[in-house]
Amino acid sequence: MNDIYSESPAKPRPQIALENQSYWDGLRRHQLLVQRCLTCAKLRHYPRPMCDACYSFEYDWHALSGSATVHSWTVTHHAFHAGFKQDLPYVTVTADLRDGIRLQAPLAGSDVNLAVGARLDLEFIDVDAELTIISMRIRA
Amino acid sequence: MINLCDKAAVSGVGETAYTRETDRSQLSLTLEAALNAVLDAGLDPKDIDGVIPYASGGVVAEDFITNFGIADLRYSAQTPMGGASAVAALQSATMAVATGVAKHVLITLGRGSISGGRISDQLTRMPQMRLVSEFEMPIGTNAPAQFYAHMARRHMELYGSTSEQFAEVALTCCAHAQLNERAMMRKPMRLADHQNSRMIADPFRLFDCSLEGAGAAAVVISSAERARDLRCAPIYIGGCAEGHPDSPSAITQRRDLTRLGIANAAPIAFAMAGVTHADIDVAEIYDCFTYIVLCQLEDLGFCAKGEGGHFVANGRIRLGGDLPINTHGGLLSEAHIGGMNHIVELVRQLRGECGERQVTNAEVGLVTGFGDLGDGSLAIMHR
Repeated sequence: MNDIYSESPAKPRPQIALENQSYWDGLRRHQLLVQRCLTCAKLRHYPRPMCDACYSFEYDWHALSGSATVHSWTVTHHAFHAGFKQDLPYVTVTADLRDGIRLQAPLAGSDVNLAVGARLDLEFIDVDAELTIISMRIRA
Repeated sequence: MINLCDKAAVSGVGETAYTRETDRSQLSLTLEAALNAVLDAGLDPKDIDGVIPYASGGVVAEDFITNFGIADLRYSAQTPMGGASAVAALQSATMAVATGVAKHVLITLGRGSISGGRISDQLTRMPQMRLVSEFEMPIGTNAPAQFYAHMARRHMELYGSTSEQFAEVALTCCAHAQLNERAMMRKPMRLADHQNSRMIADPFRLFDCSLEGAGAAAVVISSAERARDLRCAPIYIGGCAEGHPDSPSAITQRRDLTRLGIANAAPIAFAMAGVTHADIDVAEIYDCFTYIVLCQLEDLGFCAKGEGGHFVANGRIRLGGDLPINTHGGLLSEAHIGGMNHIVELVRQLRGECGERQVTNAEVGLVTGFGDLGDGSLAIMHR
């Protein structure tokens, strides 16, 4: 259990779309899975039914490695959702993975000096028995 | 393609008072603004045969049939593009009256009291927020200030734009609001006030964010021929367009975080209107956050990408400058009426009704909308 998720009020949980269960199941196994088109091999994220390059509905799930770089970020100082009030201030990064795929993830620590291109390591945080999320950490 | 240039005109504008809170419903406020717009045009409510109500919220075309007693509503639509909805509706209304489908199309936008619910809860229910709800809200990205902060920070890192440059937009809107008795922000703002305002979602401070409030505004769009016989001087719609960015439902996955949908729409609207940027006498630029104004000025082509911060300096966007913007105070200092108040203000500027804040000899003006994570819309109007 990660302590940032242990106190009330509850943080919002993902409203998992029908075809996205494999993504969240992958996180439970500490794997970052993105869709790969079975017709043209284009990777895509966030998950969606169709490939926008070749219009194929056929895809499998492809595991990405755990390194990334900073694309942008924000530091939140105002609790827009009560579930995050005890975390203020907190950093959220937009992180570049590969092939144009990005993630948004919390960044461990709020007093870090960030810059575009800074190297990040990806971590898996087991929130509870059902939910794992991705977090980022500045590479030492 | 049928050229829509000058086929339609704004024949009437109206609004309610703008207040922090209200005990009236969104529908009641919307009907008051709508009635004012219809009367401003010199029409009877039963003359309205087309309606485009704001897509976010509970007001629908049926409400106008019921309350105005409209016997034969011929056209109804919605343009669900968040803050780009109102200006995008100008394009739809223009098409409706240019083709003769409708004679007089009413466009409305009302916002009730904000105390009814948390913004993140409201957003979660919107289908265009499906991806954000699943992938970003659970990690603490719950509101527009946070969504757009990633775009603003990227711009600052790539182009060196600064919080002080964002502040010039807030200071301009606040200075203009001092000349507008309808505006909610009547206290002057200095740069230090902006820089000392509390951080909300870095780089956005409190005074980078628009004012939440309650109220409604509305406009009537008529065919140009019909508008010429009505009560007010017609304000012609010379060009209008809507534009959508790639990855419209997830800023995180967008190829270029610093490019908005309006970049696609602007060349279409300028070409349709047959005007250049130098012809624009006044511009009402959607300003949910200060940075969004800088970015739109770039995407509209008033300056190159990355130059928005320099462009707004030295009084250029203030009354008396080369391109006065948000002469009513905008969403930042008049009220957040979803940008319908921007359309109303542009029409009044082009009619010459703006008193102390009137732009001298305003003949051609521009209004923009921005919303739903990057959608854009613009209209170029003239008297």
